[in-house]
Amino acid sequence: MTDLTNLTIADARDLLKKGDITSRELTEAHVAAVDAADALNAYVAKTPELAMEMADKADAKIAAGEQKGMTGIPVGIKDLFATKGVHTQACSHILDGFKPEYESTVTQNLWDDGAVMLGKLNMDEFAMGSSNETSFYGPVKNPWRAKGSDKDYVPGGSSGGSVASVAGYCAMGATASDTGGSIRQPAAFTGTFGIKPTYGRCSRYGMVAFASSLDQAGTITRTVRDGAIMLESISGFDKKDSTSVDMPVPNFEAALTGDIRGMKIGIPQEYHLAGMPAEIEALWHQGIEWMKAAGAEVVDINLPHTKYALPTYYIVAPAEASSNLARYDGVRYGLREMVEGGNLVDMYEATRAAGFGDEVKRRIMIGTYVLSAGYYDAYYLKAQKVRQLISHDFNQAFEQVDAILTPTAPSAAFAFGEKSDDPIAMYLNDVFTVPASLAGIPGSSVAAGTDANGLPLGLQVLGRPWDEETVLKVSGVIEEAAGFTAKPEIWWR
Amino acid sequence: MSDIDKATVAKIARLARIRIEDDKLEPLAGELNGIMGWIEQLNEVNTDDIAPMASVVNAKLRWREDVVNDGDKQDSVLKNAPRAEYGFFAVPKVIE
Repeated sequence: MTDLTNLTIADARDLLKKGDITSRELTEAHVAAVDAADALNAYVAKTPELAMEMADKADAKIAAGEQKGMTGIPVGIKDLFATKGVHTQACSHILDGFKPEYESTVTQNLWDDGAVMLGKLNMDEFAMGSSNETSFYGPVKNPWRAKGSDKDYVPGGSSGGSVASVAGYCAMGATASDTGGSIRQPAAFTGTFGIKPTYGRCSRYGMVAFASSLDQAGTITRTVRDGAIMLESISGFDKKDSTSVDMPVPNFEAALTGDIRGMKIGIPQEYHLAGMPAEIEALWHQGIEWMKAAGAEVVDINLPHTKYALPTYYIVAPAEASSNLARYDGVRYGLREMVEGGNLVDMYEATRAAGFGDEVKRRIMIGTYVLSAGYYDAYYLKAQKVRQLISHDFNQAFEQVDAILTPTAPSAAFAFGEKSDDPIAMYLNDVFTVPASLAGIPGSSVAAGTDANGLPLGLQVLGRPWDEETVLKVSGVIEEAAGFTAKPEIWWR
Repeated sequence: MSDIDKATVAKIARLARIRIEDDKLEPLAGELNGIMGWIEQLNEVNTDDIAPMASVVNAKLRWREDVVNDGDKQDSVLKNAPRAEYGFFAVPKVIE
């Protein structure tokens, strides 16, 4: 029998339907793969018993003819999503021991469809990072290594555990979240498919909040089709989230027709960065050729405010984070640090000093500063206005084109420690992903090639608000044209 | 230009309720100045007559009936508390 952990979600779905395999078998294989992959540090909590229970329920559903796309499919859940009675800490020390009394809507949607939970996945603390090096549980290792090297690379972030588990064959798919690129950049670093839908498509209820006007759930899978299946499962209106939008969820898989003839694909000139590796430019150029070969029309477009997206993001996101993270005070959940003879404020200050890591503290401090008296207009209000201009750039572009094609990240995965001492160098990793996050539009990253060292590179597809179908369709065409069959050598088992 | 000095860092830390040791104030001031200096490039952008964007979702917030639709979950609410007594969160004594 073939290794069940190599199956795609779509193939497993068909085999489950035919009765050739059971969810129990599929889940057992994955539970074993999770245990064998400790070297990746992708999981921060494993739930094997729960997984087997859920698998048996899924098998009963399938037997009763109630199979859906995700029924019986074992998945990993980013530690950012509240899972009832199960470890949920956004990989922060300050949420020590927190086991929520409620379930996030995104995960509830998966369980309602019969999906199986393997455990909780590592991430940058509170999703603040681009390399998974800020996790309280230690960094995740990228399953990919440079050819002939045993040096470890970062998996990207913040959804580092999500991508490593999927690329490392210890989850068929994983939930992830994107605030400034936390789905797309790690997908590019690991040769996986990541999609961030339109802001408002997935409920934020039960998602640990980082920057509420930007946070959006999405998925990591090994193929575009799997992404379409899983995204459909987690999407949908939820009255428990005030920014959830009441829109029908299309059949995303049906969008994968492979037909983009006559479609207009925009190439933003501002994304040609000085000093960008030639391999990234070459891959982008290759992507343009693939679009033309598939019958699409390629159009040069301008997104004039692109260079201001990162500084805008580093005002808006920390400002919202400083408010959202005010709730961690040692009173209602998680860590509490007492000061001998101290008062309540001493307790707050000691708890937050001990509970937050350096990057989280840095962002709370920036956020507090830009919102403080006398600076609000100069920084926060200014950033909100520039955000409007960035969004307007996209609106104008989408009057001319149906989708936008760019590289996902300005480099391949980098080695540990390479950028962790320089916050701005780390922030620059998100230069191509942040603008779409600020505008709230859907975007994906598709594995499209490798660099000279054999490390994966991704192309990013952006679409109009609510048009995930075009993003998926174009992604599918890239996937097909790229024929990306490279796999990481399995060193971690 | 932003000029975050030691005293400013101490003030922000107090506002953010994060205790920061004295010897960390100076390095943190350097880091924050670096980041804020980089952010200053936004001043190049003309934003006269541009409305600030607070949310990408333009829809008006939904209204609902003003009725109780959840509750009676005292045990659940207190379940994760570091300290709870008599059905309340317990904190160090506050005397003003």
